[in-house]
Amino acid sequence: MVLSNPGINTLFRAASLPPDWPGGFWWHWLVFTVIILAFVLTLVMGFIWFERRGMGRMQARIGPNRVGPFGLLQPVADAVKVLIKEDIIPAKADRLVHWLAPIVAFTPVLLVFAVVPFQNGALLADLNIGILYVVAVSSVTAVGIFMAGWGSSNKYALLGAMRDIASVVSYEIPVVISIVSVVLIAGSLSLNQIVLAQTLPFILFQPLAFLIFFIGASAEINRAPFDLLEADSEIVAGFHTEYSGMKFALFYLVEYGEALAISAITATIFLGGWRGPWLPPWLWFLIKIGAVFFFMVWIRTTVPRVRIDQLMALAWKFLFPLALINLVITGTEVLVWPEGLPWFLIFVNFAIAAVLILLWSKLFRLGWGRVEVRTIR
Amino acid sequence: MKFERYGKGIAKGMMVTLKHLFRHPVTVQYPEQRLHTSRRIRGNELVWDNIKCTGCATCAKTCPLGAIQIVTSVNAVENKYKVEKIEVDTGYCIQCGLCVEACPYNALFMGYAYERAKYRRAEVIQTNEALLASKERQPSGYAHPEIAEKLPEQTLLLERIFEEE
Repeated sequence: MVLSNPGINTLFRAASLPPDWPGGFWWHWLVFTVIILAFVLTLVMGFIWFERRGMGRMQARIGPNRVGPFGLLQPVADAVKVLIKEDIIPAKADRLVHWLAPIVAFTPVLLVFAVVPFQNGALLADLNIGILYVVAVSSVTAVGIFMAGWGSSNKYALLGAMRDIASVVSYEIPVVISIVSVVLIAGSLSLNQIVLAQTLPFILFQPLAFLIFFIGASAEINRAPFDLLEADSEIVAGFHTEYSGMKFALFYLVEYGEALAISAITATIFLGGWRGPWLPPWLWFLIKIGAVFFFMVWIRTTVPRVRIDQLMALAWKFLFPLALINLVITGTEVLVWPEGLPWFLIFVNFAIAAVLILLWSKLFRLGWGRVEVRTIR
Repeated sequence: MKFERYGKGIAKGMMVTLKHLFRHPVTVQYPEQRLHTSRRIRGNELVWDNIKCTGCATCAKTCPLGAIQIVTSVNAVENKYKVEKIEVDTGYCIQCGLCVEACPYNALFMGYAYERAKYRRAEVIQTNEALLASKERQPSGYAHPEIAEKLPEQTLLLERIFEEE
């Protein structure tokens, strides 16, 4: 590993060499825990504001603009409001599970950021299995959500939780396979190594994997077109129907924290992480996170919610086979050019992605049992 | 072979939302910003002409809510009624305009204002001078074709927003 750190910030440079810190490794842990906590909490607030304003503008509205300049303090006001509300537990709820669920859901969101590099080597723990750790830890949130659905003893909550489990289990597979094709090119599971391997961002070499990962990840964290676990028109509010006050705030935090985590992971493994010219690396990282999140907001305002059979069909009949084919193609490419992929493969891969999507859209159809209404010409 | 489900619709929709991102929002932030009202609207306040009014109390009789009260005295010299008090309780008024239509001497008009909300119950009641026409309280063309034909021809919705200091 080459530690060619162009960094300006001496704090981050020192952080890349943890044992040299006076007092040893603990300082590194303490500093980065605080940084991650502050980073997640402030950026989640920023994201809530950004999403509400951005969605407003895309729908020709203004969005919240009363509290503070440009409504910037609106998330703070909402947080204060939700924190002073009464915490209600249903009479027939499983009290322990009901109480534990938000914590189980929220902890993995923070844990994910332990392996996300903010700069070369500037991360809490440079695990050599970084991306595997991310995949493993982030799916624990589903357990928390199912606990919430089960513990509330409410049929809508349980329905929402079941939908969440279904989507997480199905979309985990294409997501992991598309990650594997990235790992094949990078030659490492460590997120820092993956970033170091990206002389060109991997989205250029892996357009199809990026698409699959992005769709799958948004489905896993229940972002808008796939948010049918909290489809308000069908099942009140889904798994958090029976939650109020602080616990509800935690679930809200989980929702946006996951979006932040997915934006960060996408930026790291596909968009080149902290790499970029002129600007300091952490700023590049923030810009890329913002860009990915903007894309999420953009999709949320545009695409209507899907049905549960559409959700399953997209995962199993479209993303999963395409991810497998993409993995085979990437494996072949890596076999043929072991010392880094040549640049002309960018065009080849984009062409392959376009052809595959076109062809597979011809094969793709929704459930065999259901007759689709077709207009007869 | 016809290709249809490769995401063309989503791409189209996303271009629409992107276009909306860069246009001006349609929201009017009401107390600070207002839309210009057209000259052809009919507001919900009453404008009273004290010269034309004979005190016949037709308006008070027509009012379905009984919101108009007229007190008259007899002017024996000129052989006509004198209006001592005309009082409109706009808290009861439903802005139906029946009094304006019924007035046989064309002494009542609907105005232009639409902001009749008050903080105190007493402010809701308008008496004598408060009902007269003034610079701010112009009679609109409602049920008065002679006024309506002089108004500029314009649509009811004017899109320009102006801001108050």
